[in-house]
Amino acid sequence: MIEFKDVSLVYPNGTQGLKNVNVTINDGEFVVIVGLSGAGKSTLIRSINRLVTPTNGSLLVDDEDILKYRSKNLRKLRTKTGMIFQNYNLVKRSNVLKNVLAGRLGHTGTLRSIFNMYSKKDKSLAYESLKRVNIEEKVYNRADELSGGQQQRVSIARVLTQQPKYILADEPVASLDPPTSHQVMTYLKKINKEDNITTIVNLHFIDMAMEYADRIIGMRAGEVVFDGPASEVTEKTFEEIYGRSIREDDLRGGTES
Amino acid sequence: MNLTLPPKPKNSLFKKLRAIVITISIIALYIWTFLGIDLDWEKAINKLIQQFDKVIPMLFSPDWSATGEVALTMLETIFIAFAGSLMAAILAVPLSFLAANNMMGKYLSMPGKWLLSAIRAFPDLILAILFVVAVGPNAFAGVLAIAIGSTGMLGKLFSEIIEQIDKDVVQGMQANGANRTQVLFYAVLPQIIPEFLSYAIYRFEVDIRASSILGIVGAGGIGTMIVFASANDNWSQMGTILVGIIVVVTVIDFTSAFIRKRIV
Amino acid sequence: MSKSNTKKPLKIKQPPDIYPTKTKAQVTIIFFAIVAMYLYSMNWTQRDMVGDITDAPANMVSVLGKFFPPNYSYWSNIWDEMALTIQMAVIATTIAAIITVPLALLSARNITTFKPLYYATRTFLNLLRTIPDLVLAVIFVGLFGIGLLPGILALIVFSLGILAKLISETIETVDMSPLEAMRASGGGTIQVIWTGLVPQVLPQFTSLVLYVFEINVRASVVLGYVGAGGIGQVLQSQLRYGHIAFPNAMAIIVLIFIVVLVIEYISSKLREALI
Repeated sequence: MIEFKDVSLVYPNGTQGLKNVNVTINDGEFVVIVGLSGAGKSTLIRSINRLVTPTNGSLLVDDEDILKYRSKNLRKLRTKTGMIFQNYNLVKRSNVLKNVLAGRLGHTGTLRSIFNMYSKKDKSLAYESLKRVNIEEKVYNRADELSGGQQQRVSIARVLTQQPKYILADEPVASLDPPTSHQVMTYLKKINKEDNITTIVNLHFIDMAMEYADRIIGMRAGEVVFDGPASEVTEKTFEEIYGRSIREDDLRGGTES
Repeated sequence: MNLTLPPKPKNSLFKKLRAIVITISIIALYIWTFLGIDLDWEKAINKLIQQFDKVIPMLFSPDWSATGEVALTMLETIFIAFAGSLMAAILAVPLSFLAANNMMGKYLSMPGKWLLSAIRAFPDLILAILFVVAVGPNAFAGVLAIAIGSTGMLGKLFSEIIEQIDKDVVQGMQANGANRTQVLFYAVLPQIIPEFLSYAIYRFEVDIRASSILGIVGAGGIGTMIVFASANDNWSQMGTILVGIIVVVTVIDFTSAFIRKRIV
Repeated sequence: MSKSNTKKPLKIKQPPDIYPTKTKAQVTIIFFAIVAMYLYSMNWTQRDMVGDITDAPANMVSVLGKFFPPNYSYWSNIWDEMALTIQMAVIATTIAAIITVPLALLSARNITTFKPLYYATRTFLNLLRTIPDLVLAVIFVGLFGIGLLPGILALIVFSLGILAKLISETIETVDMSPLEAMRASGGGTIQVIWTGLVPQVLPQFTSLVLYVFEINVRASVVLGYVGAGGIGQVLQSQLRYGHIAFPNAMAIIVLIFIVVLVIEYISSKLREALI
């Protein structure tokens, strides 16, 4: 369970990233956070694994205030929260397997990881993860030989290999075309249901949010302006969240391929 | 969950062979090196114990009475570097055109390229030794050594710049009916001059460092003082010399970086 | 423009009347300042010359003539020294390549986010790079006496400054996103650097080490001149003997020339293959 209690974040340059956020995310939920760029979606998601540190309030993950965490606890926290990025963030020169095994870093000692001494169990876990996103045939290819959609699937496999309790996905489909976007979202949703991993996804496409989310949180200027089940959301809700009428580029379009 | 990974794809025979050859060569190189080098640690350490107090504390307490002499010879060092780099910058221009693929064609540019890389293979100090023998032990030998040494490097860099010029501009000029000289002045030179200047100034930075050691073989500048200071075990004077070199090199590096930023 | 046009083709971008008068005046002033400084430098550096500058070319030819033909049979005496010279460069490059890793990381802005440490390392490296190799050699010879050790130490310190700077610049151009991902999945600092950064910079690292090896070979052939071991020492003693030994000296110079060319050729081919 993740609980934001009156969390605010002001960046060193004075920008207000988050403003008095109060949100509780229950285990197993598939939450989509929507909002225009700069609304604080990314800050919210990065607060959960402390890639950014809120300046006020308390943020409880499994009933512990993670804002007090220092290096060792921080590693533990990050080990149980997997993250997926807009630009996949793979090491382009390394092969797919090495990239996927990087998900085990938090579980592996420093020396072992330096000498590539991952256990047999870790390796088969990595391969299994690749199979789950149907990209196992690329296991020895270099990451830069893959298409964008394939790279994002590898980064999902990396997160799966991490065996996290939470998955944070920061604009995972923003760099992809419509069919691939649906494919990636389908995998995320499937993993959420099968493994019961709480999943929080940032999106700015309205149609995709409505199609995949259990629950939608709307943000504007660092504040949570909407929070409710996806079934209650209409186009009007989005117009309120965005503070303007809906345009064509707010929609991803396309259907599941 | 007991999946086993598929076997790694086999590398081609050529790749494998190449990896083996490289590994063996590297191991051989190191074996050769460690068998060949025989350091006399005992002698070196004894000497260090004996010399440490004479050298290190003195280096850090420079002899300021030598400031005047250091300043004067440092000035000479700057003159040597300046005259040498300027000569080199001028000499390098025609040579760079001769060595540029797109000016001379692939085969005709070969002799120019060879000449430039032959010049580059001579360390500055070796050139200085030759010129000291030829024109006597004075600063002008240093100027010549710097001039020739820098021509090799500048000529190569210049020719690379020429090879990268935008062909479209040249073609545009030719389409306007410009002759070869006109194309050179209106299409080629404007593209290359800022980079040429920038490299020439950069080379001046390098030459300041180079000319400060030429005196070791008698080619003028601060190097002469370095030899005397070490021969006389006058390490506090060496400290002053070091300060002189560090200050001058730093100031010139900064100025040159500033100018180069403005040019390009 | 007609007058300056013939003299300074380097300065002219387009016909001057296209430029504002101020730019023209600036360029003219800079041009004359450079010429003045050049003439002054030439005058200064030639004041100790014996005889006239016009004699120099003829003089040069006659003296250089004494170096020829090189006495190639002398090569058999200097193989060992030449080998030692290269071995010095190998050891120095290897040690410098190891020490350079922490220094390069500390002087890369994107890795060392603690500013004072970054600036301290940068300044230290900048300082190191201002001191020429031979000056370092002179100091180490003063400390350790004549031999190979001071030469190796001088090469290490000298190449460290260059290598650490070049590598830290490479590190600064790296794609930081994989490092963020490694951190997000719970990697410690060393793991993040090893798995996220090292694969990205390894080819450039190897290439730069080879490049510095070339520089070290070039530097090592002259270190002997100040007593820091290697072929330079033999060259100096031969030049001391005067005219009779000049063909021997020339043989050494030719050998140095060949060795430097061969090593640069091999190294540049390897570097091309790497990147």
